[in-house]
Amino acid sequence: MPQRLSFVLPVALPLLLAAPLVAADPFVFTAIPDEDETRLQQRFQKVADYLADELEVEVRFVPVKSYAAAVTAFRNDQVQLAWFGGLSGVQARERVPGSRALAQGVEDAEFRTYFIAHESTGLDEDTGLVDAMRDMTFTFGSKGSTSGRLMPEHYLRQAFGEAPEAVFSRVGFSGNHSRTASLVASGAYQLGALNYTVWENELEAGNIDLDGVEVVWKTPTYPDYQWTIRGGIDERFGEGFADRVQQALLDMDDPDLLESFPRSGFIPVDNDDYEVIRQVGQQLDILD
Amino acid sequence: MWHSATVRTSLGFVALALVCLLMADFQISAHDPWAELGRLFLGVTRPSFSAMDYLGEAVVRTLAFAFVGVGLGAAAGLMLALVFRHRAVRTTCAFIRAIHELFWALIFLQFFGLHPLTGVLAIAIPYAGIFAKVYAEILDESDPQPSTVVPHGTGVVSALAYTRFSQAWPHLASYTAYRLECGLRSSTVLGFVGMPTLGFYLESSFAQGQYATVGALLLLFYALIATLKLWARPRLLPLYLLAAPFLLGDGLPIRWQSVSRFFTEDIVPEPLRQGEGVAGLVPWLGDILANDALPGLWNTLLLTQIALVATGLLALMLYPLVSQHFTGRHAAGRVRGALGHGVLVILRSTPEYLLAFILLQLWGPSMLPAVVALAIHNGGIIGHLVGQRSNQITLRPDAPRGIERYAFELTPRLYGPFLALLFYRWEIIMRETAILGILGIATLGFHVDSAIQEIRFDRAMILILITALLNIGVDVLARRLRNRLRLRHTASCEP
Repeated sequence: MPQRLSFVLPVALPLLLAAPLVAADPFVFTAIPDEDETRLQQRFQKVADYLADELEVEVRFVPVKSYAAAVTAFRNDQVQLAWFGGLSGVQARERVPGSRALAQGVEDAEFRTYFIAHESTGLDEDTGLVDAMRDMTFTFGSKGSTSGRLMPEHYLRQAFGEAPEAVFSRVGFSGNHSRTASLVASGAYQLGALNYTVWENELEAGNIDLDGVEVVWKTPTYPDYQWTIRGGIDERFGEGFADRVQQALLDMDDPDLLESFPRSGFIPVDNDDYEVIRQVGQQLDILD
Repeated sequence: MWHSATVRTSLGFVALALVCLLMADFQISAHDPWAELGRLFLGVTRPSFSAMDYLGEAVVRTLAFAFVGVGLGAAAGLMLALVFRHRAVRTTCAFIRAIHELFWALIFLQFFGLHPLTGVLAIAIPYAGIFAKVYAEILDESDPQPSTVVPHGTGVVSALAYTRFSQAWPHLASYTAYRLECGLRSSTVLGFVGMPTLGFYLESSFAQGQYATVGALLLLFYALIATLKLWARPRLLPLYLLAAPFLLGDGLPIRWQSVSRFFTEDIVPEPLRQGEGVAGLVPWLGDILANDALPGLWNTLLLTQIALVATGLLALMLYPLVSQHFTGRHAAGRVRGALGHGVLVILRSTPEYLLAFILLQLWGPSMLPAVVALAIHNGGIIGHLVGQRSNQITLRPDAPRGIERYAFELTPRLYGPFLALLFYRWEIIMRETAILGILGIATLGFHVDSAIQEIRFDRAMILILITALLNIGVDVLARRLRNRLRLRHTASCEP
């Protein structure tokens, strides 16, 4: 087999490399995989169709597997528009000069993290971050998440004056918000922190038994998810293209489209609105 | 018996693992795992193939990435094997195979992005290093005699083809076939970071708790691996290899400026980028060492040594499942053998990541789920290989049966090859400790992943470099031990 390969490869490899390069450039966007990834393609295909109609260009959605992969695809110009979290948006805009935040969900202006606890901890609803939590086990969501990592770590440090690793006996990273909910519900971890919309969705879907797990603290509000577009996009897609994209996003009022985020609508936003996220990121040494 | 070097080495490893056990955290702390586990069990036993319009495509992509990656790796490995006597080549090969394919993928993802090349190279590069080493060993073991009688003036290629290759061919072929199975697993796992293979959907549905879909995907994957011998016929391979490059999908176009930016900016240490010069480099490196590298190294070593011994014990218990000396050769024996084969396929093909998550639900976060997940996966692989080896042994017609056959006839004869395999696997277990961040165990790989998630490639590269050096160190140690114990490494031993 190996000898035959040496005939095959010189033919096949250039083809493999060249094939994708000849295609024309569509307008490509992605979204961070924060919840219900399996339906991402389905959900965002509708958004892609909507944008294609509004902007009159070919629009393509590409799913990615991690927050960092979304930032990288944006930075490498493989996608030109992205639905980022607070932190990933700041990371992306720092790396692509001229890029700007276009719109956030109505809910994102006042986003929250919920701290949840398993009933065996004996912590009651709305107890806050208390000393009784010391030496329990705790899980964040994804490492790059604003509501699952950045903000909860910030408030933990504020409350306890130490890194989470020093406060808790074990600190895990569940990978995403739904998994944080299920790990704390089963008692595998005693405490966890997650995106409040995911918690409320899971509750509504009946996936959570309130006898077993409780919300023990709700953080103050902070800005989170937003649409961000690359700098220099107008040169590629025509004058005023970024503004047209922004208008199309703000005009999105079909409940079917909005439900997939899930947001009740989009409002304009700019880069400065995320200054607080940038500062927290720097404090926690997640951003340079 | 106590004077045998093999026994002393084995006991040494067990003792070391026991010491590690004392220092490791094995607390069981879960409360009511049964709700989630019940849903998981229900889902996996009632797989749903309905919601998966992408299924066919995912299978094709999984196969295509495996074939192109392993094919390229084998071709490059063969060429490297011919010049393997040069120290530079050996060192390069040791280095490229010391980095896990997931990390290769994460590196290429930074500049090729979601292009098929990312997945292909992530398999081909480490596999080339492995193939080079094993092919070189196989060729070295072939009889040098024929090469002394080739006529004067014979070209190098024909001489090789008619002397070494012709002898070594069966070994080369069987090893390459085995790596194809590994390639299928690697290709699937690359889905976890975004390649469009089965792993992509497996990870998504698992993350969302859609266990019926998880069950369907796992069954499909097991079936692919279990029937490999049936569809991967030598005559069909050229066809597969020719077709595979065209079935990888398009991905997104590569921007070549990203490639140069990666090498000239991203991986340049931050103090140098900021113009602080070498003076800033020392505290920067010190910070990485103290906060990430050393604690990560400690956890990695602890976990690896315990998991290694657990893997060995499990493999010794499992190999009779696929050994004809225990299952028997007649019709009933074949059925038992097929069942045993099925069990081992499930054990070795279930990604450790999934196993770790299931066990985490059962026992709570500690090193216990990590050790057991690693032992199940690797024990399944070694058990399979030792079982196959046992089938080459011919026993006397009046050999004892049952437990006596196991303890006095087969296990002693298989212990050498078993230990050789386990030493080969040592380094791999160490690399696999990377994926266990979900358990709150901060191994080196966990810190590499953190650096990548923070998009700090300068740090990631330093940590990957340290990981690679550690793997090379273990590899060298394992080779010394094998030589000291005179464990022959042959074609069927995989690195």
